[in-house]
Amino acid sequence: MPSRPNLEVRYRMGDTETLERQPTQEGAAVVVNDFSLVVATANGTGSQTANLTLLRSFFKMGIPVHGKNIFPSNIQGLPTWYHIRVSHQGYVARRPSEILVAFNRDTMAEDVATLPAGGVCIYNSDLRLSTDRTDLVYYPVPVKELLAGVDVKGKIKEYIANMTYVGVVAHLLEAPLDVVKGALEHHFGSRAKLVDSNFEVVKLAYDWATENLPKNDPYKVAPMNATEGLIVMTGNEAGALGAVFGGASVSGWYPITPSTSFIDALSDYLGKLRRDEDGRATYSVVQAEDELAAIGMVVGAGWAGARAVTATSGPGLSLMAEFLGLAYYAEVPAVLWDIQRVGPSTGLPTRTSQGDVGFAYTIGHGDTKHVLLFPSSIEECFEFGYKAHDLADTLQTPVLVMSDLDIGMNNWMGKPFEYPEQPLQRGKVLSAAELEQVKDWGRYKDVDGDGIAYRTLPGNLNPSGAWFGRGTGHDEYARYSERPDDWEANMKRLARKFDTARGLVPQAVIEETPGSQLAIVAYGSTRYAIEEARDQLAAQGVATSFMRIRALPIGAEVREFIARHENLVLIEMNRDGQLTAILRDEMPEYAARIRPIAHLDGMPLTAAWVVERLAPYLGAATEGA
Amino acid sequence: MDRAPKLNALGLSKADYAAAPSTLCKGCGHNSVAAQLIQVAYELNLRPHDIIKLSGIGCSSKSPAYFLGQSHGFNSLHGRMPSLGTGALQANHNVRAIGISGDGDTGSIGLGQFKHMMRRNVRMVYIVENNGVYGLTKGQFSATADYGQKLKYAGTNPFPAIDICTEALAAGAGFVARAFAGDAKQVREVVKAGLSFRGTAVIDIISPCVAFNDEPDSTKSYAYGREHQVTLQEIGFFPAEDEIVVADYGPGEFQVVELHDGSRMTLRKLEADYEANDATVAITRIRRAEEAGELLTGILYYDAERPSLAETSNLINRPLSSLADNELRPSAGKLDELLAGYA
Repeated sequence: MPSRPNLEVRYRMGDTETLERQPTQEGAAVVVNDFSLVVATANGTGSQTANLTLLRSFFKMGIPVHGKNIFPSNIQGLPTWYHIRVSHQGYVARRPSEILVAFNRDTMAEDVATLPAGGVCIYNSDLRLSTDRTDLVYYPVPVKELLAGVDVKGKIKEYIANMTYVGVVAHLLEAPLDVVKGALEHHFGSRAKLVDSNFEVVKLAYDWATENLPKNDPYKVAPMNATEGLIVMTGNEAGALGAVFGGASVSGWYPITPSTSFIDALSDYLGKLRRDEDGRATYSVVQAEDELAAIGMVVGAGWAGARAVTATSGPGLSLMAEFLGLAYYAEVPAVLWDIQRVGPSTGLPTRTSQGDVGFAYTIGHGDTKHVLLFPSSIEECFEFGYKAHDLADTLQTPVLVMSDLDIGMNNWMGKPFEYPEQPLQRGKVLSAAELEQVKDWGRYKDVDGDGIAYRTLPGNLNPSGAWFGRGTGHDEYARYSERPDDWEANMKRLARKFDTARGLVPQAVIEETPGSQLAIVAYGSTRYAIEEARDQLAAQGVATSFMRIRALPIGAEVREFIARHENLVLIEMNRDGQLTAILRDEMPEYAARIRPIAHLDGMPLTAAWVVERLAPYLGAATEGA
Repeated sequence: MDRAPKLNALGLSKADYAAAPSTLCKGCGHNSVAAQLIQVAYELNLRPHDIIKLSGIGCSSKSPAYFLGQSHGFNSLHGRMPSLGTGALQANHNVRAIGISGDGDTGSIGLGQFKHMMRRNVRMVYIVENNGVYGLTKGQFSATADYGQKLKYAGTNPFPAIDICTEALAAGAGFVARAFAGDAKQVREVVKAGLSFRGTAVIDIISPCVAFNDEPDSTKSYAYGREHQVTLQEIGFFPAEDEIVVADYGPGEFQVVELHDGSRMTLRKLEADYEANDATVAITRIRRAEEAGELLTGILYYDAERPSLAETSNLINRPLSSLADNELRPSAGKLDELLAGYA
């Protein structure tokens, strides 16, 4: 096993002692490794390869980097933007871009208008650029002329045209060509022909730019050593890999953005890792006819004793409601990843949200409360990926992992994942022999006082081990019952089980600062903008504390944190404060102190937005911040 | 004088295959189907732990509680038994599944899942206890109710009936049969053959509802069935180890069908020119029967060629649910190897 680097990924200025610190040169002639670049193209033109090549080039130079794809619900033609944040301080939140690559005729005027004074506009000069801004640095790229001598045709030519901006950006930012070539090799793997044909265009554009585009802006990249040993991955890939290392063996699923790439990754990893010596599968992934069937397959597999997982997003979750309620009540393990997006029906299917939290928490009819996990990074996607299965088996209930489009589909840096420390936690399952030793076994009998009873699986050889699963009223022996006391006792036991979960789920991550003026509570992908904002506030002398909730039901640490902080806000990406409502319900005595701040435009947060929205809670200290 | 109960080859009595007493109406066709399932399991020496029982919602779907009490079972959601069964059988494809559904559960709310299960050919005996009416909600027409039929509470049915077997054939099912609950031997033999089929075996059993739909003019009534049953073949079932005893039949009158597990189904043709190997012919014959007012029963279609979902999925022989921890979780080395591709 290769040794892992000790380097911590530092997302925050306050933690950056392992990073090569370079002062921000505001107003200086050179700004090194501290900018945001946006590439505007039309969807379906193959720009993703070019964008990932830039991203990976910076990463290979050792510079912390993050990419966000802001894309339309469309196969071809609609505008798409790829944001690359380069930050020597390790910040990865969205930030308005200083550098624009304008390769989309339809949005060019709008895109140019978003640049700050002194911004950089690299544009395809075959497209008509009409703007009256004189406060920008312009670099025209004659794409057709550059490609005139390149021997490719049709669609390939369109794809490869994007490599012209890669070459120009590499020249302007001073990214070495061999690094760019390395990035292409990473992307295309063994397909050397593709590496060559793409690199040919990169080099052509690079050389042309060297001749014809004198550098006239302050931005550049310079090698660092901040990414050594790190990986770059999407949250969906990380979560799927976590599921595989959690022993997930069955999946039923139905395609829906932004969850589809989770299952694509799952199928890919299972195909590589879960075959016997004859190449036969020790797993099954079935594309279902809809989400009703997808979750049905997962619940069926869980009942039969295989770890099962599905991934979906809001509209699919709606269809899964009935089965999730049944699984809660019949007490069947299941794992569901909700890669949250915006709105009902089509809504904004390619924008991010935390809008399913309230629905997911109690999904099902009657009294239901589910275990929810909130990963915020690829490391947590992996970790929660396998822990979700341990929790589902231990608690014999569905576990919903609430990711979002931003984490799920974008590329994030992270530490190589730690192999799970604990063996698989399969929970209270009795074999035929174990059942022999148990007197008076009852499928729903709480003998340990934790609300969790012992189950058996189909195929158990002990004739007394069979039980009949159902949503219908049942007694401790899983026998049909409409008796009021049976129903009530069972519901109370389920509540007891939920209390047991409080001590098993991942705890909140708490950072308390001496002299803190405000406590910020958040979960999931909002952390990066909040952490950057906290640094900006700290630089102004405003100390804040931060609690990042990682699961429901909440544990004692969440309750105590809220009890300790009178001035408190909860930032979430939904209109109505869905987690706020859940916390207020959990601790009515502090209901008034939990004040929601809503972010609901479908875009990831920026630090600037966070600072602005926190100002009213900080009194005079940050006025005008 | 007490007499010891008769035991099968496993040493189990019929009582060992029984379960909770039925809460369905006296005389309900579903009770007779449950009784035949007990008989079949007893006669075939089935080990209770090799069977799972699955159902959706409705009178029919309650009945798995009334047979094979030593087998695991799951009474799931209305119309969703196929997906639950698909997941359960992918997790453990070594058990044999008996699915019990009804005409509402399959013909209406669950029609989509039913048809997709056929497409995938999940190994299950899928029994539709078909009575043309919703019982638990007191007498509404189901999608299989007769066109123009009158019922006391529901009025006149203005819509044509969905035919379960036709839907199964259209969806690619490899084993499609119809039986009449009033013909116990037929139910038994068809179920036995279905259990040996390595795919979805659809058995549409006309199973009268004595409470809401048993008037003699209803095609789903006992009286109508007795009067109008047309039987395509007399069906026999012979386990692999049993010798087939054949009477002297004319050429083409008698057919032996080898089933997936080595047992055989014998078909003594009662309708000389009907061959149960052409889905189009089957659909046409079903339509003619409907026009003629026949209750057409027997093996409508049989095709053993299509692989089951477990085969399509290239699953290992052992159930996935039996994998050991080290088979479930790849090694640390594999993790590092894979992550190296993302560095």
